[in-house]
Amino acid sequence: MPLLKTPLNAVHRALGAKMVDFGGWDMPVEYQGVLDEHSAVRERAGLFDVSHMGELEVRGPQALDLVQHLTVNDASKLKPGQAQYSALLYGHGGFVDDILVHKVADEHYFLCVNASNQDKDYQHLAAHNRFDASVENAGPRYAQLAVQGPLATGVVQKLTDIHLTPIKRYHFVDGHFSGAPARIARTGYTGEDGWEIYIAPQFAERLWKEILAADAGILPCGLGARNTLRLESAMPLYGHEIHASITPWEAGLDWIVKLDKGDFLGREALVKQKQRGLTRKLAGFEVQGRGIARDGYEILKNGVGSGWVTSAGVIRGGPAPALNKNIGMGFLPVPLSEAGHAIEISVRGRGVEAVTVPMPFYKRAR
Amino acid sequence: MYPENYRYTKEHEWVHVENGVGTIGITDHAQHELGDIVYVELPKIGTHVEQAKNFAVVESVKAASEIFAPVSGEVIAANDALTATPELLNSDAHGAGWIAKIKLSVPEEIDRLLSPTDYQAYLGEG
Repeated sequence: MPLLKTPLNAVHRALGAKMVDFGGWDMPVEYQGVLDEHSAVRERAGLFDVSHMGELEVRGPQALDLVQHLTVNDASKLKPGQAQYSALLYGHGGFVDDILVHKVADEHYFLCVNASNQDKDYQHLAAHNRFDASVENAGPRYAQLAVQGPLATGVVQKLTDIHLTPIKRYHFVDGHFSGAPARIARTGYTGEDGWEIYIAPQFAERLWKEILAADAGILPCGLGARNTLRLESAMPLYGHEIHASITPWEAGLDWIVKLDKGDFLGREALVKQKQRGLTRKLAGFEVQGRGIARDGYEILKNGVGSGWVTSAGVIRGGPAPALNKNIGMGFLPVPLSEAGHAIEISVRGRGVEAVTVPMPFYKRAR
Repeated sequence: MYPENYRYTKEHEWVHVENGVGTIGITDHAQHELGDIVYVELPKIGTHVEQAKNFAVVESVKAASEIFAPVSGEVIAANDALTATPELLNSDAHGAGWIAKIKLSVPEEIDRLLSPTDYQAYLGEG
């Protein structure tokens, strides 16, 4: 199957981006370099093409009932213009996907889902839809741009009449962005303040260029920086920290599971696992020895295989020229998952010293 | 860009031979493809390496890459500066970013390597 392309594919190539196959999508991994792009978002602002992300529209008198039945968070708490982080689970308690649920109106919910999962998620919703609700796989109707970083609000404000300051985190407004109809949400996947802007694909190229031109401090950023930024903020990535064999308890996502909201798919399995107790849990670590941890590497304790690395990356330890550090997340037996345990990462057959640390690795000053 | 007196491999290493000793590194094309380089596993001095066999590892923010020896011989020096400043491989791949020096055991191996013209033609085909 040929790679899927976002409406900005030619723009990325013209900027000299390195392109990679990301879950079937031909996406920019970096433009001028992951470390610089990461720093730009922490210190100034970055612009990401995230048009590969999927969108599902749930509409109808029982739209909320369908969303409540299939997600772990309590969507009944949402007011129009509010969004929440949530997840779709299988009956056995493992993840179908992690998602953002936006309440557009009483009978209309807008779900932003992972690119490579959009068809699976759509099928999942359709298969469990015994409600008076419709589900639309709306991905092709949307492009999505993310503007993230301390300068992001100023940049986005230059291109819209909507007064952005009163919009709180995890809230959104429908309006116009430089003349294009847009959904402008104060959400992101970087740990910084920022905005995710949903637009029709035909506006993507013009708006991308206008955003880049709006402030000299903004850099185009690829999936490489998006990955290290979310890793540093300890946000899970589907296929790594979460997948069908991992439950929200194991992934440390207890805070999104609302057992008291009523029944939902996977709830029974979660209750049982909680009663039984967990055997493994997601932990953060920092590599101290010489070597670089990578996704999939084995984690050892006193030389004995004890778990595996789910995500790892090298990030700049502060403003350049600070030393780089190698951080990561991985699954470990519960007693080892607490901060302060000496572990080793198996790097090409060699045990490289690391220590478990609290997550997130980075929290922005507010 | 690609020094005339160096020889190159299709795996994107270079070697510069002087007085029977080859200085070895990765090409500018390689460093550009790898992106920000953050770690180099240097070969130990005194080890014997074989042409086209793995002898070092260069890790970028994106991935670990094995580096193959362009010539066989004994490692007589390794560039310790790369331990503290691996980014030398990005900024000066053909100079300050050299990885190791090897005393050639089979000098005629050099004849099997690419000239700068052939290497650049090879890059052009890719």
